[in-house]
Amino acid sequence: MNGNTVWNKIKNWSLLLPVVALILVMAVNIIYDAVNGNNPLSFFMITLQQTTGNGTILYGRIIDILNRGSEAAILAIGMTLVVSSSAGTDISVGSVMSLCASFCCMLLAGYGVSSTTTLARPLIVGILGGLLMGTVCGMFNGTLVAYFKIQPMVATLILYSAARAIGLLLCNDLIVYVRNPSFAFFGSFLGPLPTPLVIAAVCVLIVSLVLRKTALGMYIQSVGINSRASRIAGLNSKRIIFLTYMLCGLFAGIAGIVQSSRITSADSNNIGLYLEMDAILAVALGGNSLGGGKFNLAGSIIGAYTIQAITTTLYALGVSSAQAPVFKAVIVIIIVAIQSEPVRNFFKKQSQARVRGVA
Amino acid sequence: MEDRTVSQGDPSVNDRKEQASKPGIGDDGVVLTARGITMTFPGVKALQDVDFTLRKGEIHALMGENGAGKSTLIKCLTGINDFEAGEIHIDGISGPVKNHSTRDAQNVGISTVYQEVNLCPNLSVAENLFIGREPMTKLHTIDRKSYNKRSQAIMDELGISVDVTLNLENYSLAIQQMVAIARAVDMDCKVLILDEPTSSLDDEEVEKLFILMKRLRDKGVGIIFVTHFLEQVYAVCDRITVLRDGRFVGEYPIEELPRVKLVAAMMGKDLDDLAEIKKEGAQDAVNNPLEISARGLSHTGTVKPFDLDIHKGEVVGVAGLLGSGRSELARSIYGADKANTGTLMVNGKEAKINQPIDAMNLGMGMLPDDRKAEGIIGDLSVRENIILALQARKGMFKPISRAKQEELADKFIALLQIKTASKETLIKQLSGGNQQKVILARWLATDPDFLILDEPTRGIDIGTKSEIQKLIVKLAGEGKSILFISSEIAEMLRTCSRMAIMRDGQKVGELDRELTQENVMKAIAGGETS
Repeated sequence: MNGNTVWNKIKNWSLLLPVVALILVMAVNIIYDAVNGNNPLSFFMITLQQTTGNGTILYGRIIDILNRGSEAAILAIGMTLVVSSSAGTDISVGSVMSLCASFCCMLLAGYGVSSTTTLARPLIVGILGGLLMGTVCGMFNGTLVAYFKIQPMVATLILYSAARAIGLLLCNDLIVYVRNPSFAFFGSFLGPLPTPLVIAAVCVLIVSLVLRKTALGMYIQSVGINSRASRIAGLNSKRIIFLTYMLCGLFAGIAGIVQSSRITSADSNNIGLYLEMDAILAVALGGNSLGGGKFNLAGSIIGAYTIQAITTTLYALGVSSAQAPVFKAVIVIIIVAIQSEPVRNFFKKQSQARVRGVA
Repeated sequence: MEDRTVSQGDPSVNDRKEQASKPGIGDDGVVLTARGITMTFPGVKALQDVDFTLRKGEIHALMGENGAGKSTLIKCLTGINDFEAGEIHIDGISGPVKNHSTRDAQNVGISTVYQEVNLCPNLSVAENLFIGREPMTKLHTIDRKSYNKRSQAIMDELGISVDVTLNLENYSLAIQQMVAIARAVDMDCKVLILDEPTSSLDDEEVEKLFILMKRLRDKGVGIIFVTHFLEQVYAVCDRITVLRDGRFVGEYPIEELPRVKLVAAMMGKDLDDLAEIKKEGAQDAVNNPLEISARGLSHTGTVKPFDLDIHKGEVVGVAGLLGSGRSELARSIYGADKANTGTLMVNGKEAKINQPIDAMNLGMGMLPDDRKAEGIIGDLSVRENIILALQARKGMFKPISRAKQEELADKFIALLQIKTASKETLIKQLSGGNQQKVILARWLATDPDFLILDEPTRGIDIGTKSEIQKLIVKLAGEGKSILFISSEIAEMLRTCSRMAIMRDGQKVGELDRELTQENVMKAIAGGETS
């Protein structure tokens, strides 16, 4: 325990595996570029690009990943808390995103209007409406899980199947286009940076501040590890579980508005499609146990961007979007296997044997 | 804090082996020997050069305080732990045996039955007996008829009266444990390890288990019996091996080791006489104002309406059999199970308690009897476990600063002598007794006026037991009120000035004078029954 403390610190670093996974994906890019005679570091190249109207934005593969991975990252925040407190997953977030987007666009365009360039109501009404809708959905899920003790998967299955349809109902079965620059802002650029990335960063920042400055983080983990004991120790286990689902709904609302702003429309059938799976996967890739308890928010965020990095890499490698899921699956299997208990134990034993050998 | 590379390498320990004087395989019906077992952990528990000898047809108690290494040794025998040095020999097998899994252990004839029954409650008794080794018909389907018959024969032979076709969940925990034992025995075991099998059984069930154990002994099985109950050791065991701080202290025939000497061997000193705990001053507590006054409190299905008064600075005991409603009485006061009827006055004011936090805000605390299910938050650190209740009482938005948390943790680790590698160690890595101390610290940190202690000494070694009893008396001396629930009447007699008697979910009376074991027992049993 002397010269190699740095090495030990790295070995025990909780983010080691998620970061290694991300680095692996980057390495694939570097090798691919090198083999093809490109600049090996083109993956990391960020350039300034002139846009048609207003100014310069950052451009590059990394920026693209950070931009497009933002919705999954925002969802992953809420999903991490839900998994930790209830040992279950909220599979409704993708559908709830879509519902929130529909509600927001309906408010902005007016009921029954299919396309508009002028806003029927102030922008803030639409945004708050969308966020409120997400929160209400989260409260619905939270009530079922925390107070009615329904299994999370089953409880959230209700909105998983219903939310999209409710969204269509709100939009009178139309795809509502809101082609207004002030609405499109949330999916475009803030100065040189992609707005979704900024929004995701702000969300992560606020949540980590709240977790650090209050006892919420410990409460959630405590309830997730042993909710009966937590109750005896004075925690309101049900309320805490409810709260995590509510937050998860709120973040789904934020993600929904971001995605809808990207395409300046509320496309009920496509917004947030399969994104709940990415969010759950992000939590798992982040080294969090889906069995609840201890959580690692940073890991989940890295996980979310890792998933996007895989997707972007595959496209860069020329894999067609139809085949991409197959390759994605293979990569995910490898990453998850690296993090699994038996493999980790194997490496631990190896290193212990080495320590013993030296001593 | 222990450095793991240093502790094992002490050569002087290894040199003092006197193999010649110890019985080995082949001598005198010895079925298992363990010699010089050494095992280190990153934590605090370890084994150093431990010897153990088991003979055919004996019940051999493995004794020691919490953290003495009993569980670690058992786990080395059963292949759960990978020991570093030493050899295990088993009768009929040449060369040292090294198990890597419980399956390996079973193959060499070592079976283990734990406190928690590891069987499937939704399968029949017979299915549980033969799970994984079902007899097959010629068509390779399970031969239900034959195994039901064989199961019944096995159970009859062991004197366990059950219908083997009924699901296991229909039977009491004691019977379930016996089924687990029957399964182990039928799998041709030479060595049967019983790890705290009696912890969740009542006296009558323990008696039945002992009969079974004696029957197996007479059939030639070597039984290793791990327990915290001294009386039980003297009721069934033939021989005792004592461990202390991970080292072998000695092996004694039961006749040569009276109780006091056993305790001394376990603690490494002469017993600091428990009798010295006296409830000075407690007698005057009845004149103090009331802390708790319950009238007609009840919880449907578990405890019938009861009245109970507890004065400031008073220790009140609750005596009764397991399942008599003694825990439930406490739980309905604390709001762990919300009371359905009645009124509760706390400190002279009527209290509305819907859930534990309400009770905590009135200055209560409760150490629940089921430590694992309702006490510890396994994956949180000792520090977090200690501050949890205090934090809950302060509320989410007033976090206790890290410095303050560490100060509290340090204070209670020192005060209660909690054995832990550090305050950041996960509580699940601590031994049971130390976990209990952490939970106790959690409540002491909230500085409660009224503390409910439900079986605070269960599964705890005798040294810690007396510490906890002393602590109870000390707290009462500081003016705190305590409701003390225990299966051991003796420890309540030492600490309580008054006892509530529970029978069949009802509070049947109180004893406040002539508190003797006999009187309490009589009260629990009830006058009308014989």
